[in-house]
Amino acid sequence: MGMSTFPPDISTTGYLVDRLFWLATLLTGVAFLLVVAALGYFLLRYRARPGRKAFYTHGESRGALWMTGGLAILVFFLIDVNLAYHDHHAWDAVWGSPPRAADALRVQIMPEQFAWNIRYAGPDGIFRTSDDVTTINQLHVPVNRPVIVQLSSKDVIHSFFLPNLRIKMDAVPGMVTSLYFQTTHPGTYDIACAEHCGFGHYRMRGFLIVEESEKAFEGWFTEQAGEGPPDLSWGWNWDLPAAPQQAGQMETTQTGHTP
Amino acid sequence: MSEQRTSFIRKYIFSTSHKVIAIQYLITGLVFLAMGGVMALLIRWQLAYPWQPVPLIGKLLFPGSGGAVTPEAYPVLFTMHGGIMVFFALTPILLGAMGNYTIPLEVGARDMAFPRLNMLSYWFLFLGSVLLIASFFVPEGAAGFGWTVYAPLSSSTAVLPGWGQDLFILGLALDAVSILMGGLNYITTIMQLRAPGLTLRRLPLTLWGLFYSAVLNTLWLPIVVAALFMVLCDRRLGTAFFVAGPLAPHEGGQVLLYQHLFWGFGHPEVYILIFPVWGLVGDLLSVFSRKPAFGYKATVLSMLVITILSGIVWGHHMFTSGMNPLVGKAFMFLTITVSVPTAIFFLNWLGTLWRGAIRLTVPMLFTLGVVFVFAIGGLTGLFNALQTFDVYIHDTYFVVGHFHYTLAASVLFGAFAFIYFWFPKIFGRQMNARLGRLHFWLSFVFLNAVFSVMMFLGLHGHMRRIADATAYEFLKPVQHWNVFIGWAALGLGLSQLLFFINFLYSLFKGAPAPANPWEAGSLAWTVSSPPPEHNYETPPRVWCGPHEYGVPSLTNGDWLSQTDPQAAKLARS
Repeated sequence: MGMSTFPPDISTTGYLVDRLFWLATLLTGVAFLLVVAALGYFLLRYRARPGRKAFYTHGESRGALWMTGGLAILVFFLIDVNLAYHDHHAWDAVWGSPPRAADALRVQIMPEQFAWNIRYAGPDGIFRTSDDVTTINQLHVPVNRPVIVQLSSKDVIHSFFLPNLRIKMDAVPGMVTSLYFQTTHPGTYDIACAEHCGFGHYRMRGFLIVEESEKAFEGWFTEQAGEGPPDLSWGWNWDLPAAPQQAGQMETTQTGHTP
Repeated sequence: MSEQRTSFIRKYIFSTSHKVIAIQYLITGLVFLAMGGVMALLIRWQLAYPWQPVPLIGKLLFPGSGGAVTPEAYPVLFTMHGGIMVFFALTPILLGAMGNYTIPLEVGARDMAFPRLNMLSYWFLFLGSVLLIASFFVPEGAAGFGWTVYAPLSSSTAVLPGWGQDLFILGLALDAVSILMGGLNYITTIMQLRAPGLTLRRLPLTLWGLFYSAVLNTLWLPIVVAALFMVLCDRRLGTAFFVAGPLAPHEGGQVLLYQHLFWGFGHPEVYILIFPVWGLVGDLLSVFSRKPAFGYKATVLSMLVITILSGIVWGHHMFTSGMNPLVGKAFMFLTITVSVPTAIFFLNWLGTLWRGAIRLTVPMLFTLGVVFVFAIGGLTGLFNALQTFDVYIHDTYFVVGHFHYTLAASVLFGAFAFIYFWFPKIFGRQMNARLGRLHFWLSFVFLNAVFSVMMFLGLHGHMRRIADATAYEFLKPVQHWNVFIGWAALGLGLSQLLFFINFLYSLFKGAPAPANPWEAGSLAWTVSSPPPEHNYETPPRVWCGPHEYGVPSLTNGDWLSQTDPQAAKLARS
């Protein structure tokens, strides 16, 4: 009956997201407790009694003004700037350039109602050629290796959500978006669709299979090779007006990419 | 003489009287509130016990599936629940009923500035609700794209072909036009029809809230109406504003554009609903602490700052949309700065209670309830604003819990505070206080049980808008909390019966109300309950602000009415 806060973290960056949560909880928790304490105390202490009048003030004295200004500055620096600063650094780690982009495994995913079409560049390292490896709903990755995922969508908006890695990114028709991650624990985890995409939204589940070694991953990969995909581009050629996003030379400093 | 010639229909149905129109809005809003509430319970039943027949009403609602919610029906439930609650329940009660009833009375006017436009606004809402209800009865059923009408799910007939979808969009657009016309009326009335002596500095805070809310409506509603019509064009006229990729007929349009347009309105909408509540809270804390509203000017200025900020923060709804992350950073920072004016609000609310003479009446309980739940709703907003964290909890129950704390909890408690406080003025009868207190405490407990647990589910990654969480391995350990929420939601729903019973009973059998049962200082309480047909025989003369309570030099009583000539000497000018 326990209430675990987050699902287990299997990523190199998820802890940053969790830490941000605890920092925000600390700061807002203090603010909340102050409000509730004042509220409770005033309600007990200043209940109406016969013969006593309330203290007549419009709260616009010099003292009240100082208090208001002080509170504004306090909230701005202690909470707002503080949180924004930490978020800025967390963002760089989670969404900035991947540390070992050159070794990264690259995957293209094009969901449709209600499944995840997944594609790896085959042995030639180039997407949309006949040796591509494709799977449905099964994303195999080796543990401890950066993975760069490019997303688009075949029909409506879907959202590629990896709860155990604390990241998600929308798959938007007509656009290519991307994210990267690096796993730390082998096993099978959920891929969820987080954007309402129709009546089958709830069962648009995929599996992230983190192979325990590069060797195990290679084994799986060679097993798949040779079955060329029937449709190389899933009805859309992935060629965008602004597209340095060809496989193998993708810039990942920006995760979102508006054509 | 003229009164005798007014037919029943002109007087009670097609009336131009702001008081009758307010009651029409109130009743419409309450009917939809009940409807949206039942849908919420069906949603919670499905999440607690996926695909099990709904007890009692299941066979009637879902005959095809033996009484169980179907995968096709579930999106309809959450779409209609959201659309109904935001546009057809809360907006009519907060803006329609509270705006119409209080504005002319509180400014000392005989009616709204444009009474016929006022009548037209109500009938646009009525027409909108007819379309909305009609959408349930067309062949492919009511809308299922979510109340945000995200394209291209909404804009492509290849995905959702039914006419129910179009009716929902049209109904929403008509309601938006209704709110827009109402907003013009509110702004004009507050600016132009104030009684002599009623300077802006002396307006009740409720009216300031309604004013800013109306400003936001007139600025942003046209955008969402335009976006909705673009969706309709995509659906029925073959355009492709918001369709792209393989589904698009030619080159395609831009999918994200819809989200920019929708949230450009959608975020101000939050403040559109909460401003009137904040204003009301400021006034009621003052009345029931028998003390002037603390920091009146700072409160009004804070509301102005938020009005401006609310228009430039919409991108925080789109951190995962594929929007450029640099833009996201700007949106994040602007969003969290909203905490500064909001903190000033809380300071002033607590300042009003400080050293007051607090009377815990039923409207006061709901007012204090707003302060508590809005503290949670507002502070959890900071979490959503943090880009890196939001990417994780976006589209999860954390967001659902958060916006239900701000909208469902704060705005609903505000709506109840309004009804309990103004009921005697509107209907000339008192509501039962004992039932009212019970209604408050049960609602307070169940509401917190429902929405706080939702946030914990969201932290665990529980997506929103999924019909069955047990389909996912990582959600299995928390499924029992869905069962818990289901029962708490049932408790919350049943507690509202106390309100409806109290409302109906008091309407006919409540004790007659005096002109000023709460000893309130604003203008509305100087006329009889209910007020005469044209409110004021002659324009009242105003001498002071609406919050002159606890005035030290007074020997009889502790307060001054705004029309009390003594105020010229005794109250702060």
